[in-house]
Amino acid sequence: MTSLAFDQVSVAYSGRQAVAPFNDTVKPGEWLCIIGPNGAGKSSLLRSIAGVVPHTGRILVDGSPLSARSSRRRAQLIAYVPQSPVLPSGMTGAEYVLLGRNPFVTHFGSESVLDYSMVQDVIDRLDLHELATRDVDTLSGGERQRLVIARAIAQEAPILLLDEPTSALDIGHQQQALELVDKLRKEHGLTVVSAMHDLTLAGIYSDRLILMHAGHVVAQGVAEEVLRPETLGEFYGVSVRVHRESDGTIIVVPNRTSVF
Amino acid sequence: MNSTATSHENAGMWWIALASLLLVCSLLVGVMIGPAGPAWWRVPLELINRLPFFSIHSGLTDTDWSIVWQIRAPRVVLAALVGSTLSIAGASYQGVFRNPLVDPYLLGVAAGAGLGATIVITVNRSGTSTWWIDPLPLAAFIGGLIAVLATYLVGTTGKGERSSTSLVLSGVAVTSLATAAQTFLLQRNSDVVRQVYSWILGRLSSATWGDVRLVIPYVVLSTIALLLHRRLLDVLRVGDDEAAALGVNVSRVRLVVVVAATLGTASVVAVSGLIGFVGIIVPHAVRLIVGTSYRVVLPVSLLFGAAFLILADIPGRVLDNPAETPIGVVTAFLGAPFFLLILRARKTAQ
Repeated sequence: MTSLAFDQVSVAYSGRQAVAPFNDTVKPGEWLCIIGPNGAGKSSLLRSIAGVVPHTGRILVDGSPLSARSSRRRAQLIAYVPQSPVLPSGMTGAEYVLLGRNPFVTHFGSESVLDYSMVQDVIDRLDLHELATRDVDTLSGGERQRLVIARAIAQEAPILLLDEPTSALDIGHQQQALELVDKLRKEHGLTVVSAMHDLTLAGIYSDRLILMHAGHVVAQGVAEEVLRPETLGEFYGVSVRVHRESDGTIIVVPNRTSVF
Repeated sequence: MNSTATSHENAGMWWIALASLLLVCSLLVGVMIGPAGPAWWRVPLELINRLPFFSIHSGLTDTDWSIVWQIRAPRVVLAALVGSTLSIAGASYQGVFRNPLVDPYLLGVAAGAGLGATIVITVNRSGTSTWWIDPLPLAAFIGGLIAVLATYLVGTTGKGERSSTSLVLSGVAVTSLATAAQTFLLQRNSDVVRQVYSWILGRLSSATWGDVRLVIPYVVLSTIALLLHRRLLDVLRVGDDEAAALGVNVSRVRLVVVVAATLGTASVVAVSGLIGFVGIIVPHAVRLIVGTSYRVVLPVSLLFGAAFLILADIPGRVLDNPAETPIGVVTAFLGAPFFLLILRARKTAQ
């Protein structure tokens, strides 16, 4: 299992700061969920870990800085599921999952038998046989999401980043996708960092929450400490009720504010 | 059962074998047909006769053989080199820019080469006999490279390090600039318009083994470099960000592919002029037939493009002999209906 630490990590786009210096340590096997309104810096933080946007400060994987590693080595450690993944039309499901093996293939090489059997294994375990031979263009939102997660699993990285993994899914597929991630996390000891909009789901699945606002961390802790009406009201500008179920689940429900 | 991805690779091998066969047939047909010279069926007999350990009486005279070997063969080989390079360069450009409408002339190679050629034709009206080397292909080659270099410098300065859009836009600007300069020169020297125009329309008619020797190092280098990137072009299909997250150094791959494709294109443009349509139509036709994976699209485009240009060159030299129909005109005339046909067949199949 692998830890992920942040030492004064900040992200800026043409001089405008998106993430203010961020410090945190994600424990091995932990699921950290970043919440916050649109534009809070959640995606930017994830993208900086994935190496998609430049950052200042240090990101440490098991204590050693990511910047010292090649992009291939980084991809062996960190798998990234973006908010709206591109599934190239004309590719089959299996070919798409095979892309996850890229970090293990040499620059001009081609995939080995091992890579192919790894892909087959992921397809077996995630029960994707039906999708494997189909053109990704013909898949539904839920099927696409399963395939994208499968690609990330094929990458065999100990750290999994998920940017809004459920935003395009109905409630059933949301549950399915998150249950899948949770199961894989437990099986493989993955460390998961996700950005989520659905606060109830964020509270249910994560070990710890970080609430970001305008690039700054404004609250953090377990669901009960972060998901409070006054905190959410202040940073999301909403009026909500928060229920605590007998099993400890926190449920966030928006209030109707219009007056008739 | 092996994985589905492997079965795709096998299908790819079949397509490559089929396209190779087509190319061999086209090469044969290419040397068999011409406006003057021996009966077509004597040529393959003579070719077999020339192989070691074979002796067949083909009835070819020495004159016939020199028509086949000194006139037809270099032209056919050059057509193959030009067709394969434009096709694989077009497919690669479409891959790195993730834009199906891109052709190998996108970043200004054509306009730069055109300007270079125009300058030489204008300056050197009396002919090129006093030069130790033919300056026309050299000027076209250098013009093409300078134009793409300018495009790259303009397109990558500024903040959009990874944006391919700014590169494409600066290609448009450089193309306009070079075309404007060319038009200005032509207007000042209207007596060379015809010469320049015939260069622009593409020519294989004067092909010699010297032309083949001139382009072959660049063509081989560019082709090998592009073929080596075929798997990475598949990874790039998920977009710059995700490809980067999968461990691809996107800007470096793009730079290398663009440089290789440009080098190949500039060298073939230098000897053949501008042969439009091939770089865009061949990769698309190939995609419609063999699927979208660059692992198959690149090698099949290479083989198919070579065969296509050899065949497209035949009507040009047989019809209205001794005047020649420019090859660029033939490729457009043959290519457009052919493309429509495939598009239609594909639609009906679905």
